[in-house]
Amino acid sequence: MSVTDRQAAIEALRLRVKGLERGAGQGRSDRGEALPFGIGQIDVALPEGGMVRAALHEVFDGNPYPNHGAVAAAWIGGIAARLDGVVLWCLRGAELHGPALACLGLNPARLILAQARSEAEILWSMEEGLRHPGLAAVVGELTKLDLTPSRRLQLAAETSGVTGFVLHRGDAEIDRPNAAMSRWRVSSLPSTPLPVPGIGRARWHMELLRCRGGKPAAWIVESCDETGHLHLPAELADRSAASRAGSERSKAAAAG
Amino acid sequence: MAVVAAEGNRQVLTAVNEEAEAAGLAPGMTLTHAQALVRNLVLAPAEPLVEQRDLARLAAACLRYSPWTRACPPDGIWIDATGVAHLFGGEAAMLDRIVARLGKAGLAARAAIADTPGAAWAFSHHGKTVSVIPPGLPAPMLKDLPVAALRLPPATVEALRRLGFGRVGELYEVPRGTMARRFGPEVLERLDQALGHLFEPLDPVAPPPPIQRRLAFAEPISQPEDFRRATEDLTVLLCHDLEAAGAGARLLILAVLGVDGGTQRIMAGTAQASRDPLHLSRLLVEKLDRIDPGFGVEIVTLTAWRSESLLPRQSDLHAGREKEPSGLAPLIDRLANRLGEGRVYGLAPVQSDVPERSVRRRPPLAPADGADWPRDVPRPVRLLFPAEPIEAMALLPDHPPMFFVWRRERHVVKRADGPERVFGEWWRRPEEVRATRDYFHVEDEAGARFWLYREGLSAGSYRWYLHGLFG
Repeated sequence: MSVTDRQAAIEALRLRVKGLERGAGQGRSDRGEALPFGIGQIDVALPEGGMVRAALHEVFDGNPYPNHGAVAAAWIGGIAARLDGVVLWCLRGAELHGPALACLGLNPARLILAQARSEAEILWSMEEGLRHPGLAAVVGELTKLDLTPSRRLQLAAETSGVTGFVLHRGDAEIDRPNAAMSRWRVSSLPSTPLPVPGIGRARWHMELLRCRGGKPAAWIVESCDETGHLHLPAELADRSAASRAGSERSKAAAAG
Repeated sequence: MAVVAAEGNRQVLTAVNEEAEAAGLAPGMTLTHAQALVRNLVLAPAEPLVEQRDLARLAAACLRYSPWTRACPPDGIWIDATGVAHLFGGEAAMLDRIVARLGKAGLAARAAIADTPGAAWAFSHHGKTVSVIPPGLPAPMLKDLPVAALRLPPATVEALRRLGFGRVGELYEVPRGTMARRFGPEVLERLDQALGHLFEPLDPVAPPPPIQRRLAFAEPISQPEDFRRATEDLTVLLCHDLEAAGAGARLLILAVLGVDGGTQRIMAGTAQASRDPLHLSRLLVEKLDRIDPGFGVEIVTLTAWRSESLLPRQSDLHAGREKEPSGLAPLIDRLANRLGEGRVYGLAPVQSDVPERSVRRRPPLAPADGADWPRDVPRPVRLLFPAEPIEAMALLPDHPPMFFVWRRERHVVKRADGPERVFGEWWRRPEEVRATRDYFHVEDEAGARFWLYREGLSAGSYRWYLHGLFG
């Protein structure tokens, strides 16, 4: 067997493995494959170059009061804002605040909320939503996700092309095995002090804990802007721009 | 409060409420006169068409009491209670129940029951709140009522009053010929109708029959598969009927009559009128397990209890827009069917600075009213309700706190923004006249961000609350 033949065979096998990994996916819609974050470092680390649309993603909140999951909710809201269409958000309480989502670029008019009474009802609602190709994304706030329901949700997402998010509330076991495509943890970090009194953009520690076909990784990012995009902190991305902005601000502060 | 209508070039009151009546106002009074009597009179314009329609609807709603009802403009409803009063525990109990029920709906009502419609009208308009006139007694009891109780036009009442006739009883002795010559046949006719000498037919409202289908079985069924098949067959038939009527169902009721005579019902509502048999039967089938077949079921009926007109829609020219929200109606129905009415909703902004009032729920498929969401001020992703009291320490009144204690945990404030002052909406609740809240957006030493506010009750006394968590 020549070298080229061997390479061709390996390529064919890789394709097959990829096909197997991606599940059956017969009725897959022709939506774009993945939604990039728009940040090179992050998109490179993800096997599809972004968040895979027709899949289930898990998000943990790394803050000390995880039963509110505020950071995870904002993170998901920013991604949902960049998807196009109606988002179904399944929850138990009613503390999700519409105006905050509007600030992330997710117009609450695009949102349908389903207030369930139990975890089982949330799982059921999510599955119903993930089977409906007219939705852009389905978010469910759960405290735990077992293997069987996760497999059902993942299959439903693969068939319809709807992106699914599980927002973990409470002290969920972070290494519980399930069929989700990727597992993330987002937590707060102290933000850069401004040269003037006030508060800047929030800073997050964003960890990719597990990802099918990818390796764990972690980044420090600044929270979503009004279009739902994350940014790299100025001093990490472009030190000169940051220092320039800083000096301009301090000049302005001195003048004021 | 009073309702005003234009009559020629005058503004005349057509109806007044109890307070206005107590202040001496009455229908027929001119607006200027009324405003001279009562300083802060609340006025509403009369809408005769709307009032008539609502009265007809109320008459249809009263079909719960009797199969024979009719609106009696401008302000009454006839209910033919022949042979139905015993169902409500007697005539007096029935009237009490009707008045109480209307009262719950915010309607002040007076009711009377008598041998003749004329007498019932007289006592309901000029008697007690609830009057029961025993059979055979209209004549002696009507005697003391004013002549206006005979349903006569105001001009005739006035003419009678001038001649000295104040009470109905005084008309009994007047020779009939004289009366007819002077006032025309109307007075005698009304008097005879009230006393029962002249029969007065009532033309009942015909309630629109709800579209219904029924399946009766030769042998009682009890297997779940049989129920499912029966439901599906009925839905198909019902959808044919709906299509013929140009309607779509909003509320379906499936009633199951068991061999032992018991009836069980399941309901399914839809967010949009629908006559898609697949969709509707799926909504019902999901709830079939709530039915206990007992010894078997003989009859199954399916009723479109509420329906709306649904015309065949022309297909959209922009057929490529598959994400049109209307495609979501079946999904929303299934969710609402399982989770419950009102648990599936959308959000709409409200013009209010008070955060917990800035959002309201709207039906998920209602078109957005175009109101815009404020985006210029940061708001927390999670808004706690109610806000949680915290202990906080600020150095100066308008400064953010140095630290605060929430759920027994101490957070040192490293960075903060604020205050953003929100005033109480005194036009909603008088207690809020002095209420102000100063909101601070703070970050603790770990980078977690909170939304705190200081409630100023009166000068010098403050309380701190945590109202939300930022992402």
